[in-house]
Amino acid sequence: MGKLRGFVEFDRREAPERDPRERTGDYREFVGTLPLAELRSQAARCMECGVPFCHSGCPLGNLIPDWNDLVYRDRWQDAIEQLHRTNNFPELTGRLCPAPCEAACVLEIDEGHAVSIKQVEVAIVNRAWEEGWIVPRPAAVRTGRRVAVVGSGPAGLACAQQLARRGHDVTVLERDEAAGGLVRFGVPEFKIEKHLVERRVDQLRAEGIEFRFGVDVGRDVDPDELRVAYDAVVLATGSRVPRDLPVTGRELDGVHFAMEYLYARTRRDDAISAAGKHVVVIGGGDTGADCVGHAHREGAASVTQIELLGEPPERRPDDLTPWPLWPMKLRTSYALKEGGEREFAISTTRLLGEGRVREIHWARNSGEPPFAVVPGTEETRPADLVLLAMGFVGPEPEPLERLGVGRDARGNVAAPAYATSVDGVFAAGDARRGQSLIVWAISEGRRCAAAVDSWLAQPGSRETNSPRSSRSTQHA
Amino acid sequence: MVALALRALERLEHRGAAGADADTGDGAGILVQMPDAFLRAQVRDLPLPGCYGVAVCFLPTDRRRRKALERILVDAVVAEGQRVVGWRDVPVDADRAGATARAFAPRIRQLFVESTLEDAAAFERKLYVIRRVAEQAAGPELVIPSFSSRTLVYKGMLTAPQLRGYFRDLRDPLLASALALVHSRFSTNTFPSWELAHPYRMLAHNGEINTVRGNANWMGARESQLASELFGDDLQKVIPVVQHGGSDSSTFDNVLELLVLGGRSLPHALTMMVPEAHRPGDLSHELEGYYDYHGCLVEPWDGPASLSFTDGRVIGAMLDRNGLRPGRWLETTDGWVVLASEAGVFDVAPEQVKRKGRLQPGKLFLVDLDQGRIVDDAEAKATLASRKPYGEWFQRESVRLADLPPAAPRPLAQPLRRLQLAFGYTHEDMKVMLSPLAANAEEAVGSMGNDTPLAVLSNRRPLLYSYFKQLFAQVTNPPIDSIREAVVMSVRTLVGAERNLLDETPEHARQLVIDDPILSDEDLERLRCVDTGVFRAETIDITWPAADGWEGLEPALDRIFAEADAALARNANVLVLSDRDVGPERAPIPSLLATGAIHHHLVRAGTRLQAGLVVESGEPRSVQSVGVLIGYGAAAVNPYLMLATLDALDLDMTRDEARVRARKAISKGLLKTISKMGISTIPSYCGAQIFEAVGLARDVVDRYFTGTPSRIGGIGLREIAEGALTRHARAFADDADDLLPVVGLYAWRADGEHHQWNPDTIAKLQHAVRDGSVESYEEYSDAVNSDAARRSTIRGLLRFRYPSQGIPLDEVEQASEIVKRFSTGAMSLGSLSREAHENLAIAMNRIGGRSNTGEGGEDPERFADERRSKIKQVASGRFGVNIDYLTNADELQIKMAQGAKPGEGGQLPGHKVDSYIASVRLTTPGVGLISPPPHHDIYSIEDLKQLIYDLRCANPRARISVKLVAEVGVGTVAAGVAKANADHVLISGHDGGTGASPVSSIFHAGIPWEIGLAETQQTLVLNGLRSRIWVQTDGQLKTGRDVVVAALLGADEFGFATAPLIASGCVMMRACHLNTCPVGIATQDPELRRRFKGKPEHVVNFLFFVAEETRRIMAELGIARFDDLVGRVDLLEPDRAIGVWRERGVDLANVLRAPDVPSGTALRRTEAQASPLPGALDHRLIEAWDRGAPLSFAVTNVDRTIGGLLSHEVTKRHGRAGLPPGSIRVRLSGSAGQSFGAWLAPGIELDLAGEANDYVGKGLSGGVLSIRPPDGSAFPAETSVIAGNTVLYGATAGRAFFRGLAGERFAVRNSGADAVVEGVGDHGCEYMTGGRVVVIGSTGRNFAAGMSGGIAYVLDEDGRFAARCNTQLVGLDPVDADDETAVRALLEEHRERTGSPVAERLLAEWTPERFVKVFPHDFKRALEEWSAGGVGFLGRETEGAVAGH
Ligand SMILES: Cc1cc2nc3c(=O)[nH]c(=O)nc-3n(C[C@H](O)[C@H](O)[C@H](O)COP(=O)(O)OP(=O)(O)OC[C@H]3O[C@@H](n4cnc5c(N)ncnc54)[C@H](O)[C@@H]3O)c2cc1C
Ligand SMILES: Cc1cc2nc3c(=O)[nH]c(=O)nc-3n(C[C@H](O)[C@H](O)[C@H](O)COP(=O)(O)O)c2cc1C
Ligand code: SF4
Ligand code: SF4
Ligand code: F3S
Repeated sequence: MGKLRGFVEFDRREAPERDPRERTGDYREFVGTLPLAELRSQAARCMECGVPFCHSGCPLGNLIPDWNDLVYRDRWQDAIEQLHRTNNFPELTGRLCPAPCEAACVLEIDEGHAVSIKQVEVAIVNRAWEEGWIVPRPAAVRTGRRVAVVGSGPAGLACAQQLARRGHDVTVLERDEAAGGLVRFGVPEFKIEKHLVERRVDQLRAEGIEFRFGVDVGRDVDPDELRVAYDAVVLATGSRVPRDLPVTGRELDGVHFAMEYLYARTRRDDAISAAGKHVVVIGGGDTGADCVGHAHREGAASVTQIELLGEPPERRPDDLTPWPLWPMKLRTSYALKEGGEREFAISTTRLLGEGRVREIHWARNSGEPPFAVVPGTEETRPADLVLLAMGFVGPEPEPLERLGVGRDARGNVAAPAYATSVDGVFAAGDARRGQSLIVWAISEGRRCAAAVDSWLAQPGSRETNSPRSSRSTQHA
Repeated sequence: MVALALRALERLEHRGAAGADADTGDGAGILVQMPDAFLRAQVRDLPLPGCYGVAVCFLPTDRRRRKALERILVDAVVAEGQRVVGWRDVPVDADRAGATARAFAPRIRQLFVESTLEDAAAFERKLYVIRRVAEQAAGPELVIPSFSSRTLVYKGMLTAPQLRGYFRDLRDPLLASALALVHSRFSTNTFPSWELAHPYRMLAHNGEINTVRGNANWMGARESQLASELFGDDLQKVIPVVQHGGSDSSTFDNVLELLVLGGRSLPHALTMMVPEAHRPGDLSHELEGYYDYHGCLVEPWDGPASLSFTDGRVIGAMLDRNGLRPGRWLETTDGWVVLASEAGVFDVAPEQVKRKGRLQPGKLFLVDLDQGRIVDDAEAKATLASRKPYGEWFQRESVRLADLPPAAPRPLAQPLRRLQLAFGYTHEDMKVMLSPLAANAEEAVGSMGNDTPLAVLSNRRPLLYSYFKQLFAQVTNPPIDSIREAVVMSVRTLVGAERNLLDETPEHARQLVIDDPILSDEDLERLRCVDTGVFRAETIDITWPAADGWEGLEPALDRIFAEADAALARNANVLVLSDRDVGPERAPIPSLLATGAIHHHLVRAGTRLQAGLVVESGEPRSVQSVGVLIGYGAAAVNPYLMLATLDALDLDMTRDEARVRARKAISKGLLKTISKMGISTIPSYCGAQIFEAVGLARDVVDRYFTGTPSRIGGIGLREIAEGALTRHARAFADDADDLLPVVGLYAWRADGEHHQWNPDTIAKLQHAVRDGSVESYEEYSDAVNSDAARRSTIRGLLRFRYPSQGIPLDEVEQASEIVKRFSTGAMSLGSLSREAHENLAIAMNRIGGRSNTGEGGEDPERFADERRSKIKQVASGRFGVNIDYLTNADELQIKMAQGAKPGEGGQLPGHKVDSYIASVRLTTPGVGLISPPPHHDIYSIEDLKQLIYDLRCANPRARISVKLVAEVGVGTVAAGVAKANADHVLISGHDGGTGASPVSSIFHAGIPWEIGLAETQQTLVLNGLRSRIWVQTDGQLKTGRDVVVAALLGADEFGFATAPLIASGCVMMRACHLNTCPVGIATQDPELRRRFKGKPEHVVNFLFFVAEETRRIMAELGIARFDDLVGRVDLLEPDRAIGVWRERGVDLANVLRAPDVPSGTALRRTEAQASPLPGALDHRLIEAWDRGAPLSFAVTNVDRTIGGLLSHEVTKRHGRAGLPPGSIRVRLSGSAGQSFGAWLAPGIELDLAGEANDYVGKGLSGGVLSIRPPDGSAFPAETSVIAGNTVLYGATAGRAFFRGLAGERFAVRNSGADAVVEGVGDHGCEYMTGGRVVVIGSTGRNFAAGMSGGIAYVLDEDGRFAARCNTQLVGLDPVDADDETAVRALLEEHRERTGSPVAERLLAEWTPERFVKVFPHDFKRALEEWSAGGVGFLGRETEGAVAGH
């Protein structure tokens, strides 16, 4: 239990950030951590609730009260043990998670006072890496069963690690040249430095996971062959088909999907660049924000981010999303703090230019469906680079179609309990639940691994190798 | 003599009870010496006096069956070589008994038997043998209330006044006796019974034997070793000694009789069965040795008991160690000795009184008729103690464990983590349970109720311990305060072979003495290695090969039995049951199963007493686990894995320290657990099986936990084994992960144990009540009804039996009517913030329901507005209870127990008692408050009846409610409550909320309300009592479905506590006990209180939603009026679709049983209780006062609660302040009944010339009392008893003067009255929090226990007061000048009002240095802080509060 009355005594402290003007000069991470002593008083604010809403708010079910307490009591090694129990990659979530746990924290009933859970989380894992507490934990017993995991995003990686630790032989097939999925190529370096991802991948490798990069399943490898070569196949290919913008001028040069831009930036590929340009990002979400952040660092002439929806309220609207629900309220992204403009309730009417895009026309709308345009609000802005960051509509169809797995109404892989309609084929992450969050991806990867594991333990599962005897179940 | 005795009994009529049929008593009777002259006139050919015996027989009325039984008895007489003289019909006037009694009346006949033996004692023994032979041959139909050559019993299911009318013999002047033992009974028994009336053959008993189950078991085990020269071969014929199915009194009588006929004197037998409590140095050396020695022969039979006994030659009485029963005696100058529960039952002129006294805890009172005198306790015991060199024998033969040669403890044979996993250790065990054990040397404390599944419904295979629910004392016997009254407690246990109970030799003392039943590893090893020629231990492995699977468990138990038998054959007398051999191949047998199984195996084999059982197990790690092991026969437990686990915890102390502290914490918790049942020593708890099994299969219980109540079936050996195997497999799997599982029992965890209050249900409920949206509520109720309840509760396993067609919703009673049946739970201001408390009250007043003050009083400002709580609770602490509070209630609720901590008191530390809370509780700011475990005026059902009477006087309009907690037998208690004149009974479930309780109590005490309510309904209906009492239930009620299920099972009304709090914003942080509630509900912290956002509308919305849901279900059930729902258990049935029926053997037939009664029998409350108030003296008082007539009256002990109604009138007319001092002066003479001057309002003065009984000045609210001996009395007042026990209990203001001695617990929980008394019994000023007490005479032991405020001035004449004072909370100071002024003023008033010569003398020779000032530390600190300028928390308001006294 934290400190009695800790939450009254200490105020919530946000993580320190580098000065917005200074940080756009480089690509290093800009969010820091509080000194350990302060972190411990932040952890001391946790009351270890009888019903820890934070813990139910975290999709991973992180044992937040437990490790808050351990941090408060300065028992960091025990803390990482508890943290790793539910979360394979706290260095990802601790940096990148929007922290629904904090929105649900009991102290957030008084808005703005949640325990700084995410900061504690990242501090634990940072400390653990520094101290060398995080080491490979290869399985004691090998089962000889083989599993192929397609996609090395957080879902694929979490799934692979869980399966490897259950003693299965896991191969990860990834079409990119490195592992991590969107975290590796979508999320900018200044939000998470890529060596951190690599470090984790090394641990997985040391636990016996085989990585095969540059393998596009469906193109380079016949998915059906995988089914033959492996006892089970996991599809963790993400939700990669971007939503398009059907307006005049869409086909012009200089109009790109956000992902193309972000991949390029990560690869230091200057094919798409914002340097010296008027940049318009369409889509007010986090992907858009990352585009804005990059554009600043490249030295864009101007950056504007527009959003179809109206401007949300500044405080939690208790009639719509009362505690402990995720509040639909205005959040100003880190990138906009660094500069640029933001407009709400904007409908793009057309893009203009000759060959290359030159300007964007838009009008204001009602701010909610059906987004009726307000007459007489047409405006025009210069636009040399237009980035479409309007979300994703679903997983790429090829491998799915080849395997013949069923899809749900939204086009995602239908796998209610992680098993798809095809025997021995499973799905996890954005590919299954649609565009989502890293924390969900890890959670899905873990649950999917458990499903695969129990499926493998069934006498009916296909076997390529020696069977193993049934195993005791998890819960005592 | 007989006539006088019977008259005395009639004067005690108010203590007895009548059932549904008011004419039928619970039982009354008389025992007299053999009235030879009378019998000779009735029976021809009677042999010489002393040469014949009389068997009084209760026989069936059916002639054929009667003849058969008579034949059996006659045959036995003949077979035993005695001569039958003949039968006599006992003439009765049948119409004098009540209707029910008549229907069950036996034919009463006396059989006369002539002795063929020389020796009278031998003949008496022979009669006993004949009786036992006949009883065994005849079975339960033959009842022989007495069979002796010395005494004769008349008794029956009668009221005291009926006794004489029923038995013509008793009206015959020839029927003479020099002694008489009379008794009238208030039973909580439900089935009409003539034989359960007292006296028994040697005994009349007032009270209960809490330990009787264990005592009877041990007695059974002793039988195989019985041998007696006196009995010779006859002894075999009397076995079993204890008659099966007898009451606790009859069981006691059975054993007492054996001991006495086996050659011990009555006092000897009694003092060995009911030894007095003592600490080293309390008693003479010889007497201490006497008790030590006899402790090796028999475990104490623990009361609360007042035992009157006679063998026809001596007659006497004694109290058990706790002394929780009244007994007052009187000796006259012309040779009468009278002893009774109350003073004043015998009319005697003041000048004829020689001495007056009272029974004292553990003391004998004996009259020897041969010698014609009273033999006092010291003399009687000195005689006993010097019979043999008992002390020497004990010293020489017994061995203390600590004196055995040391042995090195064993290291763990497997890695710690494997073992922890194998024994089901969880992450939480470490954090929530073990850390506090070591860190605080206390068991962990938690808050709010247990909302997790019953063990049998849990999917996580709970350990076997969790299937056992602790029983606790309520109403019929009081729990004990194991902390404040530690003087009576003892954890010392003995191990070793026991010997023939009927003999006494030095070898009987060959026992190993263990000072603490929680053994360290070193102690265990010492014990294991013992081999002294006398003591020899053998270790029995209680693991089994995991590879054998569940089928291997039973053979393993057989193996263990065989090994135990073999060990005993090798003369082992200590059996160590050990699971140290757990490893990859071997799984542990649940230690409780192994212990219970061996215990009962050995009992059956008749070898149980040859050895003590010691459990060495990795499994026990909590108070509950150790408690159950001891309860099922372990003498000591070594929880080696728990101790080893402590080493691995991160604690700020050394390993040894941690181990010692944890053991101490468990010992302490254990004492608390046994004290909840009113038991004070471990030997009498050991094997007493004070548990109810919930969720175990019948055959498991019958075989291994024989005699334990178990009502809903449950899992069998297979599931028990599978649980152990699963844990074992997890621990020793090759790929086992090293982390302990997260179980989420104490706090919710996503993949952990289910909690009914979880993020989903809490959030949905809050959203619903804030939006007022029915749809949101339905989401909530659906989550509860179809998920949470199903997974956790018995009601979740039921479904409604809908008719083919319901009725339209609009025909169903309106929700606005239904909500009137709802009340919020008792939650004190103190456990809740003012904001939260008032919010609930406003909401309930708006809807016409009822809110409850809880046990912390209520701000009088609230009495007149919307914030008023209709229900005012009266709990053991009596906080804030004065005449004003009582007068302003609609309902007065006597809290007997609370689901989360039945049998326990509570504590509010001084720093939480701010000036507001103190003013509401009528106590002192900054002074800690302790609620005692029992109400000190309720030690029995007749006491409850008295308190109900007191409350009726204080407020004749209020309905009186009694709050009970479900446990086996709660139905019988509820029947008693109905007979005691209550209007309302609340059956609380075990899972109700709490502001703070020990974790073991939250989880392991009490049972679900479904079982308790069903039992209550069935019992009340069967006994025709249901019509006069409302029944309410509470405990985790959340939805309309819950309400309907409860109604069908028999509830008229419903209580909600946690749910309305959640509606007001509680998020189940469960920090209520920490004062850090983040939503301002369970906190007094001003900063946090500001966060309270609850609105009355939220609570109103919630209750209306519940009512609307109720209506929807009613419509579907086709029931329009709620009244017609109550008790319709036929509308419920098991929902077979739920798996546990099949998988886990649950069987709810007992819960769903409809009582077999004629149709039309009331299933709900339909009529009012008869008021007991007409005839009360106070009516005359009030009338005389109104007329301005002189207020002078003669009184007797039937005039109870004098001044109560008058105080109510005064308060009603003049408000809280009452009248100016001396406005009403009343002069009384005689013996006043109980509760003299209760609740006396300001302005009233009662002056009594005579004496008073128990509870004088209860709740004194500002009036003045004085009691002095009658004019003309010759006895010395300062050494005679003038008032009974528990005087000034909960007094809040006023003054009281006693020229004479008072009994035990003088001024207990006094919070504001001043008093002078000339001597007090034990536990004086206990729990006092305010006021001043001056004692100018002797004091008993344990003075000032739990005293946190107020001051006592004690005249320390022998200079030994300090030794009799409990200085845990108080300091002993000299008196200063201010004190002197105060004491002198009080003494002057005492002299004035009572004419006390003692006061006169003291004032004349003023020597203040002879007084000791008993000054509580808390109070001292508070006063200092206050005089330092009201700094700190006390604030400015303090001034008024402190200056108030
Ligand atoms: C720009 C951006 C920023 C984001 N920022 C955050 C953030 O701050 N916090 C947060 O919680 N979430 C964020 N998200 C969302 C988050 O990254 C995703 O929800 C998460 O990565 C999904 O993980 P996944 O493993 O399911 O899929 P992905 O991360 O998309 O990984 C899928 C992997 O599968 C591979 N793959 C696909 N098809 C094939 C194939 N046929 N053969 C072989 N390999 C294949 C891909 O190359 C990729 O490596 C962000 C998303 C974007 C686009
Ligand atoms: C904070 C709190 C304090 C309580 N205090 C008391 C009390 O003073 N007296 C009492 O009889 N019961 C007390 N109770 C128990 C309730 O009166 C009630 O019996 C029980 O909580 C009902 O169960 P529920 O909370 O599940 O509705 C308390 C309960 C809570 C939650
Ligand atoms: S993963 Fe996200 S939701 Fe979970 S604890 Fe970390 S920050 Fe909170
Ligand atoms: S909800 Fe907040 S305060 Fe409660 S346990 Fe979680 S982090 Fe701690
Ligand atoms: S459980 Fe107790 S601490 Fe507050 S949030 Fe609820 S009242």
